[in-house]
Amino acid sequence: MSSILAIAVSFTLVLYALAMALALSRVLRGPSAQDRVLALDFIYVVAMLVMLVLAIRYASSMYFDAALLMALFGFVGSAAMAKFLLRGEVIE
Amino acid sequence: MIGLLVAALLLASGVLVLVAAIGLLRLPDFFQRMHAPAIASTLAAWSVALASIVHFSVLEGRASLQAWLIVVLLAITAPVTTLLLARAALFRRRLANDAPPPHPGRR
Repeated sequence: MSSILAIAVSFTLVLYALAMALALSRVLRGPSAQDRVLALDFIYVVAMLVMLVLAIRYASSMYFDAALLMALFGFVGSAAMAKFLLRGEVIE
Repeated sequence: MIGLLVAALLLASGVLVLVAAIGLLRLPDFFQRMHAPAIASTLAAWSVALASIVHFSVLEGRASLQAWLIVVLLAITAPVTTLLLARAALFRRRLANDAPPPHPGRR
């Protein structure tokens, strides 16, 4: 792993952390419930991207499975929360 | 050389995700804020997936396409989430007797 790539990986992770902090402030502040769900979904996507970057950092393809699971469960969670906002219950 | 390409793709995705987060924070209305996370789940995810495909293909000496699966999954699920959330937001806004969102073309 070249040093340029190592620096780029660290810098990218810092940018991701900054973006997640901004989205977290939207979760805490968000005027309505749907704002919070939107920001949580964004945080899920960014965490999945962090997994992909960590796969490059540690040169291990194990992280792909983690990223796939995070994408799946992020979708299920966001869809369930949106359904809850729409109907007041998840399964009817 | 390959490392430089991978580094550039990673940095591009980091900047794009940050732009999406700033959009999520700064845009005034919920229906405008819904546009911001799409940057992260399309262009940023594509560039990270391309970076990891290039990196692992060079590292292992064979085509390594697992990251492609994640991007395809994201392309299927992100519109569904957005659609459900938009419907929920419209429903809740109507329930609160609030004004409907302004037409996107006019100000």
